[in-house]
Amino acid sequence: MRFLFKTSYAQDIALFRHSGQRFWYGALALALCAAPWLLPDYFLSQLTFIGIYSIACLGLMLLAGFTGQVSLGHAAFLAMGAYTEAWLQSKGWPFALSLPAAALVAGVSGVVVGLPALRVKGMYLAIATLAFGFILEEGVVRAEGITGGNTGLTVAALRIFGIDFDNGRNFYYLVVAIASLCVIGVLNLLRSPTGRAFVAIRDSEVSAQSMGIHLARYKTIAFALSAALAGIAGALYAHKIRFLSPEQFGFLQSVELLMMVVIGGLGSVHGAIFGPAFWIVVQQMIVLAKDYLPPVIGQQTGLQPTIFGLILVGFVMFEPMGLYGRWLKVRIFFELFPFYRKGMFKRQKSYMKSERVR
Amino acid sequence: MTAALLEARHLSVQFGGLKAVNDVSFEVWPNEIFSLIGPNGAGKTTIFNLISGLYRPTSGEVAFAGEVISRMPPHVIARLGIARTFQNIELFEHATVLQNLLVGRHCHRHTAWWQDLFFTGSVRRAEVEFRHQVEEVIDFLGLQHYRDSLVAGLPYGVRKVVELARALSMRPRMLLLDEPSSGLNTEETDDIGFRIADIKHDLGITVIMVEHDMGLVSRVSDRVLALNLGQELALGTAEEVQAHPGVIEAYLGTAELDDV
Repeated sequence: MRFLFKTSYAQDIALFRHSGQRFWYGALALALCAAPWLLPDYFLSQLTFIGIYSIACLGLMLLAGFTGQVSLGHAAFLAMGAYTEAWLQSKGWPFALSLPAAALVAGVSGVVVGLPALRVKGMYLAIATLAFGFILEEGVVRAEGITGGNTGLTVAALRIFGIDFDNGRNFYYLVVAIASLCVIGVLNLLRSPTGRAFVAIRDSEVSAQSMGIHLARYKTIAFALSAALAGIAGALYAHKIRFLSPEQFGFLQSVELLMMVVIGGLGSVHGAIFGPAFWIVVQQMIVLAKDYLPPVIGQQTGLQPTIFGLILVGFVMFEPMGLYGRWLKVRIFFELFPFYRKGMFKRQKSYMKSERVR
Repeated sequence: MTAALLEARHLSVQFGGLKAVNDVSFEVWPNEIFSLIGPNGAGKTTIFNLISGLYRPTSGEVAFAGEVISRMPPHVIARLGIARTFQNIELFEHATVLQNLLVGRHCHRHTAWWQDLFFTGSVRRAEVEFRHQVEEVIDFLGLQHYRDSLVAGLPYGVRKVVELARALSMRPRMLLLDEPSSGLNTEETDDIGFRIADIKHDLGITVIMVEHDMGLVSRVSDRVLALNLGQELALGTAEEVQAHPGVIEAYLGTAELDDV
């Protein structure tokens, strides 16, 4: 068990809380750098997908996990980023400009969607974002001039400064670099006044505004940043898949993103990476298991959604804090060994919230 | 006579057919502890919500330091220097005590969100500065032990103090305390009493307090306003108000009723 004795405020603010963390994250960085040599191409490609979805999930985590605003239309922001990137690339824009542009376009659309969020909460906000998702999907189908409509759109191969990023290894490094920058950006936000304002809004809007937090302003910022991150993920997705069609960004994709975030653990940055990693690993395992299952089960069309549905139900019932919560418990079990008690994470609500001001 | 820090002028608010506050006027002087008392439903918390901008008055107005604030949104009022606590603790549950108090420094931030995104030098300096300021509050209220613990796991009495600390972290000019002693035992109530007195004497903050515990009210308040059913009953020192026949009637019922 490690006891932290803080001797300076710099220690309070630092991203790494102690040398152990520095060591393990360093090891993780090394492993990620070495992955192309250790993994076959197929798995590297899956790892790249984890990176891309992690960026999108970071965005959704910022919004749903830290600001408490649920979005059921996040695939729309993914689409915004993907189509903007594809279109600008076809116009010959360099990646260094088209990626920020994709993030910006998605971010601005996030502000537009965020506007109803200033008025509606909870369930109604989810429905409003859901509606936006459908509208945008329909818009993509209609705007054939830019998006190719239902026939789809082929995305040009990615070249940056004359270096070919179309092969697995280079693109993998690009995704890892961008994902790391996004993680650092989100961590920076969370340790600064903006992030604390988000958390304050999530936990109690009424006291947040009594503390001088401008609710409308911070909800809008949260929506914009969240959508911009999804836009970045969308742009990378476009280059990874190299073919875009509207059904890739449908309602199901939005739900999948939300499920990844919930399974990862709402309200933790780790969760935004655990979620997609778990998702893609399980997906691969289902594909592998299909060959060994009796055909009656293995050939069923709804096998994958059913399994993910069951997993989600399991998490909501037994581990509402998601994979990150489980990770914390396992870690504390070993740190305290053999003193871990079963009820350590149980909280008692000994007080009532009756006369809340709404 | 100095100018009043807070002035309520003919304040009324109506929810449907219910007049929750009906033509209430009072003045709070700088560096005073002013208590609002009255039975349940008297409109005490409603007056707090009117002052902090959560409700809009149907008629009348509130002025703070000479400025009419009753049409301002809550976050602007907070920035003017009015902090408050809530009857049913409204802390940020899934954050540490320190983070809760740092939110109290929010209205003093001067960095923008894009600076936060890159955690620039000025953000870093501001964060250290905020911690220095918050640490003073932690020392003042003796919360060192709980500094880094999650609010969700703290006992009720400590949460009450944390909420007070969060309000103080704003370095307000005026503090609204909504039932600071509710749910506390006698010792904790005594502690809160000393702390409120310290807030007035050491920090020079004006306090308005809603409180049911008459012992605490008479110990710390300079003046007391008694309300019933949204109307003013009596205004004066704690003894004067307690002796006022209207107040006794509101709490205990009328003499005729006893005869029946």
